[in-house]
Amino acid sequence: MALITVENLSVRYGAHTVLSRVDMAVEPGEIVTIVGPNGSGKTSLLRAIIGATRPSSGQVSLKPGLKIGYVPQKLHVDPTLPISVERFMRLTDRVSRTQCGLALETAGVPDLLHRQMSQLSGGQFQRVLLARALINRPDILLLDEATQGLDQRGSASFYQQIEAVRRETGCAILMISHELHVVMSASDRVICLNGHVCCEGSPAVVASAPEYRALFGTGTGGALALYRHEHDHHHDHEHDHDHPPKEAAE
Amino acid sequence: MLDDFMTRATLAGVGVAFAAAPLGCFVVWRRMAYFGDATAHAAILGVALSLTFQMSIFTGALAVALMMALTVTLLAGRGYAMDTLLGVLAHSALAFGLVAVSFLSGVRIDLMAYLFGDILAVSRSDLIVIWGGAALVVALITWRWSQLLTATLNEELAYASGFDPKREQLILTLSLAVTVAVAIKVVGVLLIAAMLIIPAAASRNLARSPESMALIAAGIGAFSAVAGLRAAYVFDTPAGPSIVCVAAVLFACLSILGWKSQGRT
Repeated sequence: MALITVENLSVRYGAHTVLSRVDMAVEPGEIVTIVGPNGSGKTSLLRAIIGATRPSSGQVSLKPGLKIGYVPQKLHVDPTLPISVERFMRLTDRVSRTQCGLALETAGVPDLLHRQMSQLSGGQFQRVLLARALINRPDILLLDEATQGLDQRGSASFYQQIEAVRRETGCAILMISHELHVVMSASDRVICLNGHVCCEGSPAVVASAPEYRALFGTGTGGALALYRHEHDHHHDHEHDHDHPPKEAAE
Repeated sequence: MLDDFMTRATLAGVGVAFAAAPLGCFVVWRRMAYFGDATAHAAILGVALSLTFQMSIFTGALAVALMMALTVTLLAGRGYAMDTLLGVLAHSALAFGLVAVSFLSGVRIDLMAYLFGDILAVSRSDLIVIWGGAALVVALITWRWSQLLTATLNEELAYASGFDPKREQLILTLSLAVTVAVAIKVVGVLLIAAMLIIPAAASRNLARSPESMALIAAGIGAFSAVAGLRAAYVFDTPAGPSIVCVAAVLFACLSILGWKSQGRT
């Protein structure tokens, strides 16, 4: 059975409809990415899944006993709040110091246990958030633009870490990203959202769908092509090459 | 022992310091300083109402502080910025309170006692109210400590961990109203926010964890109460403001020490 099932979900804020009739599901062990322009309802969808936003119609059902690990977009640690990485990780779950250490290791930052949260770099901070989400062995990880504020290299290595986490723990991953090049390589399935589900499928299928091109076509084609040359050599090259002249014409 | 007015005053000051310490930490972490101020200012309306209807000051102040806090929570995010909203509500409540007090002919009211506190006049029953209120606040915050911290850090994280951050906010709001109500007698409505913020801010440089910050803040607050009262006795100065002065001096010293040690590393 699916870990998360979203059926006919609509979310309205006042008169403004953010999501209308969204259907989606996440199966055990898969990496699903939600892409979409700003204001397309990505974050609202995630908020509805964790119960932070009440749907105006439709429903979100979680598999009974589902353990969710949530990695927030950004976490504001006020400079007046002294808190160590260890204390932060033990905030919501009763876990041992050993478990904290293990989770940090899985997230790729084994030595940070005794550091203060306020002293971490952006990349370390995101990895600590990832480690905290992993600590109670979740069935699914939810990530809301978890690489915001990281540079290109930082976010690429963060997503490699996510893939490694899936390999090691077998947990499913549902993430929001606006970084299309990452979507292309790291996901099993992509859902393109713009108030409703425009299209979904494997990254290659979505990338060539007309709905997706209508949303992201101009401007991102170049970056996408660049990425494919770097990391996806086995993919169809002629497909990339017919982009630039088209863009130039626009 | 409780027959001595200085002993009663000291116990009252320490009681307020204990309630204000953990709550003050959250006020500082969540940047609610103005919220604390606004709730406290509104309490003067509560004082006026309790004198009119001959209730205890504690009840009236608590009721108005609660109403104020809940109104702000309800109106937040509906068009006005938070500080505008607080400014409107707090100062309106203060003004209405002052006007209402002026209608109370017959009894001559010493308004100063409510604006700046009257800690030397604390009675045994006041002590019971203060320590009861303080115990309630400390118990509430200790009970919800981890959840409050999580909600302070990130709202979505709270939802994903299975609790509602709005409820945690409500617990803080409730604690704030209780603290304001019990602190009126001790430092007065104008200086309550100082008792919340200054000890918490002063302890920041000494603390390595949220828990130690709250404990150190309690220590600093209690010391300020004891030393401030002593100073008020020796120099014949108003007691409430003297307590706040001691806390402020401690804050200044600890901040300078903090900057120095940061400079060295």
